[in-house]
Parts: sequence; C-alpha cells; structure tokens
Amino acid sequence: MRYNERELLSLARQPAEKAAEVLMRVPKKGSVLKKRLVKLVVNFLFYFRTDEAEPIGALLLEHCRITKEEENVFSISFVEEPERKYCFECASEEQCQEWVEALKRASYEFMRRSLIFYRNEIQKMTGKDPLEQFGISGEARFQLAAPKH
Amino acid sequence: MKLNERSLAFYATCDSPADNTGFLYKRGERHTAYHRRWFVLKGNMLFYFEERESREPVGVIVLEGCNVELCDSAENFAFAIRFGGTKCRTYVLAAESQAAMESWVKSLSRASFDYLRLVVRELEKQLEEMRWGLASACEGRQGPSGSWRLKSSVLEQSAERLPALPAILPKENGCAVWNNTPGVHRPPDTSDCNECGDEGSPRPPPLPPRRRASNSEVGSTRASGAENLSTFCQLHEQYGREVARLRQNWLERQRGPQP
Repeated sequence: MRYNERELLSLARQPAEKAAEVLMRVPKKGSVLKKRLVKLVVNFLFYFRTDEAEPIGALLLEHCRITKEEENVFSISFVEEPERKYCFECASEEQCQEWVEALKRASYEFMRRSLIFYRNEIQKMTGKDPLEQFGISGEARFQLAAPKH
Repeated sequence: MKLNERSLAFYATCDSPADNTGFLYKRGERHTAYHRRWFVLKGNMLFYFEERESREPVGVIVLEGCNVELCDSAENFAFAIRFGGTKCRTYVLAAESQAAMESWVKSLSRASFDYLRLVVRELEKQLEEMRWGLASACEGRQGPSGSWRLKSSVLEQSAERLPALPAILPKENGCAVWNNTPGVHRPPDTSDCNECGDEGSPRPPPLPPRRRASNSEVGSTRASGAENLSTFCQLHEQYGREVARLRQNWLERQRGPQP
C-alpha cells in the first residue's frame, strides 16, 4: 500500500503525547524483546531504535485492542488478528498502566465518541447544540444515535 | 518505515462509518494524467482504491498537518492537498461536480486528529465550566436571582471564548485555503473570578502590601480594614502617610550614609 512516508516521518518528529524507552517485541516468529523508543503522536505509535532519529515503524491505533499482560507488560493487537500481539515491557507497573490508559484513548474513533458524548451532555443541559458555533453540527460523523422514544 | 498495512487495509474496508466516500480523479506523481479512483475518508486517513469493489486500497494519504486548497487546473472541480516542508508532496484531485468538490474540501480540511482534539477539548471545558458554575450557584454564593444569571453568564462567556475555526470560504477567491493546523490560543480563564465578585460593580484597587499581610484573604478587595475608613479623605490620608514614609526611606538611601 502506498502512503505519504515523508509526511509520516515529519509527524514522527513532532512533540509526542507520550514517549518512553521500553522493550518491544513484534509479532513475528522468533522475534525477541528489543530496546526501543516509543512515541505516541496523534493516533500513531512510532517506534525507534534508541539512537536513531527516524522511526523503524509506525502503528496506526485504530480498531486495536490494548491489553494489560503480566507485570510491567502490555500488548497491542488489532481486531482482525487478535493473536498477533505487539508486546511492550515498561520500566514500572505505573508506567505500564499510564501507557494502557493513554493508548486506549489515542484513537480517532475514541475521540469521535467523546465528542458525541460531550455534545449530547451539553445539549441536555442547555438545549443548544455546541457544535453549531463550529459550523459542523450537520456532519454525519458527529450525529448522535437515534433517540429511543 | 514499516506500517501495519494489514490493519490499515482492514480499517479501510471494514464497515465502520466513513466520513466521506466517492470517485475522484487523482493526478499522478510524475505524469500529469488523472486516474479515477474510489476514495474513502476515515478519520485522518484518506484511502484510495482502484475500483469501488477492490478489496484493498492502492494507497493512503495521512492527512495530519495538511492544507486543502482550491487550485487552478485544466481539470474542472480540482483541489489540492498540500503539505508543508521542503520537497512537499501535493496531491491534486478533481471531483465530478461542484457539490462533490465542496463536500470533499470541507471534510478533508476538518479531518485532522488535531482539529477534532481541539473541538473535544473545548466541549470538555464547556461542560466542566457548566457543572462548576451550577455547583457554585447551589452553594448560595450568589444573591437571590444569582443562580440563574450565573448559569447564563457562564454559557455566554464560554461561547465568546470559542476559537475561530475555519469557516466556508467565499467563492470569489480563486485560491481558497482551509488551514488544517490548529494554532488557537485559548484566552486565559478569568470567568471564575468574575462570578465570585459582585456582578457589575468595578473592582476596588488592590491594597498596599502592608495591609494585605495583616488581612487573611490574599488579594482580597473587600478587606475589613478598608470598610472602617468611610470617606475618601481618610483613605487618602492613610495611604498618603505610607507613601511619604516610603519616599523618605528612598531619599535616605539615595543620599547614602550620613556622616
């Protein structure tokens, strides 16, 4: 699949939501834990060799499952292939929990759901649609589910 | 750089709702020939397929940080997705109608994660302020009609502070730009203080340092000390004495140690 690599590399250089040095294992036969720098930018998780400026790879965090595994370890898998897990070992259990929380909220889909939720809440409280001021209240992607009467 | 392509392909083709779909002509990178492709916009990813029924996308354009512009082209209803930086790639696309072009330009310019995050944070803040506003109203810090006025003032202030987001641009301008990047500075949150004080009345000037130290309320403008001095003249006299003392100290320091 073709993609705009230059722009993705540029994105990898931007300030991260979260970054850390961890041990990472990819879901490939015979792969082992390796020291990597992981960086969360928008809905991408970039991973670098610790001494390199350019990432080795990027994971788009949509339709993925973040699972807390054993102590200090969490994994990322994708819904269409749940057995293929990217494993991450953190320096501490606390750090591990923080990453799990952050990654669960990192997807575009999660943000969209949050927006719909807040819109709904504000509308209930005020009777006004807060998205009108942004000029996006008509967009299909922000529509609330059909109300049950 | 590796990308989780299988997952990307799944994301593109699964039945999660797309933000826009349709046929667009895409100009090739090296050759100027246009190819008709089926485009699917999901979140900040613009996928394109050879055919509508294709199982896998030919490619994807990550839309983060792009500008969407109308462009001058021999092709009708053309627009461009432009990225900043050196050697920037520009994707030139053309729709099949004016309406389709406008729809695509609108949805692409608002597709970035950053944009959505901006909107979500603003709504989050509004909701929080409303809940806070109601909570403080219930504590009875306002006058008899205070609670209702408070609620509406919180909402009005929130509305005023919404960032100016890209609006639909006029058509007379041949080259319209929708800026996809956020850069909105949020004004400082001063609404909370206004709600605590007397609504509508001007704040008295801050007290001189000496008086503030003896007063338990830091930075309070309704100090009990000031209330004892009922006339301006008395206040003037009181502050005047302090100023004279400070001035005297300063002059002595300027003169240096006396023999």
